[in-house]
Amino acid sequence: MFLWFHKFGSPPHFYRIAGKWLPWLGVTFGLLLIAGLYGGLIYAPADYQQGESFRIIYIHVPAAWMSLFVYMVMAFCGVVIIVWRMKLAEVVLISSAPIGASFTFLALATGSLWGKPMWGAWWVWDARLTSELILLFLYLGVIGLHSAIDDKRIASRAVAILAIVGVVNIPIIHYSVEWWNTLHQGPTVTKFDKPSIDMRMLIPLLIMALAFKIYYVMALFQSCRAELLRRERNSKWVEELSGSN
Amino acid sequence: MTPARKKRLVLIGLMLAGIGIGLTFALKALDENIMFFFTPTEVAQGKAPINKLFRLGGMVVDGSVSRPGDGLTVQFDLTDNGEQVTVRYTGILPDLFREGQGIIANGKIGDDGNFIAQEVLAKHDENYMPPEIAEAMKKASEAKASVN
Repeated sequence: MFLWFHKFGSPPHFYRIAGKWLPWLGVTFGLLLIAGLYGGLIYAPADYQQGESFRIIYIHVPAAWMSLFVYMVMAFCGVVIIVWRMKLAEVVLISSAPIGASFTFLALATGSLWGKPMWGAWWVWDARLTSELILLFLYLGVIGLHSAIDDKRIASRAVAILAIVGVVNIPIIHYSVEWWNTLHQGPTVTKFDKPSIDMRMLIPLLIMALAFKIYYVMALFQSCRAELLRRERNSKWVEELSGSN
Repeated sequence: MTPARKKRLVLIGLMLAGIGIGLTFALKALDENIMFFFTPTEVAQGKAPINKLFRLGGMVVDGSVSRPGDGLTVQFDLTDNGEQVTVRYTGILPDLFREGQGIIANGKIGDDGNFIAQEVLAKHDENYMPPEIAEAMKKASEAKASVN
């Protein structure tokens, strides 16, 4: 197990494996996306109160879940960087940041579009919305800090600390709707009770969530490969790679 | 694990614990500012600010919605199943506004003791279901009520 971990963590090996996986991930993502969109936009019935507008859930909720998940991945990489000084973790951390920032932005933007007709406001400063906005700033901070330091190995250590510190925001986002009175509604799916959503609406939502997750892995692998080439441009394996082409 | 690595791991743990504790106290201290709205019971207890804008949240009481005067002004009661506050509002209501719905109104207590709202927001709950199921559930609860 540890040996496998070690091998997977070596840049040339990861580069090769990730390249092999990419087409399969692409196909899986495409199929899930089609199924999820069909399920969400056509198969699922309209909501009893919101009518057709509720369908924005199929983008908003998976994007919001991913914004938290990607940050958790980054924080985990941060710990691995600080404790084990693993090169691949540095690459995964910094490659995750723009993807996570995009998911966060998507969640905020779709929520805003839905909020205007439903709540009556584009934006309110309640605990859920504010903490999610802070998450976006954390992502942007990670990207900014990384590009501000020229030595990428030092930059990665700085970014790792920022990612670890920022992780305290994650439980705040998740529990904000329970700890405080907020305008944002409470959790529908991620609670111990039975989800308070109709099955025909829930299944497309879970498919979309899975599609988003696959998309993240796909985008991550692609940008990790690019980042690896950039960082290891002077190493032997990259030379061999470019020589063979 | 080498001692150096163990030390770094412990340091990360301590750092996170410290930030976590600090943040918990900070948020506890700011609790009232993070609360998005006050409930009618809190208003009755005098916890809400006087002569200052604040948000009032509650359910619209069934059958309390009326339009006195010019037709643009809406008057309704908000309740948290304890106290009730009468709200008056002139303007456009959000799509989700209806009797029995959770509402958050921004405004202040007027001279007559009613809440004069400048803005009305609808709070959506976490339930999603198709209309026919909502209808069936309503019928079932009505049938149950008539049996009792």
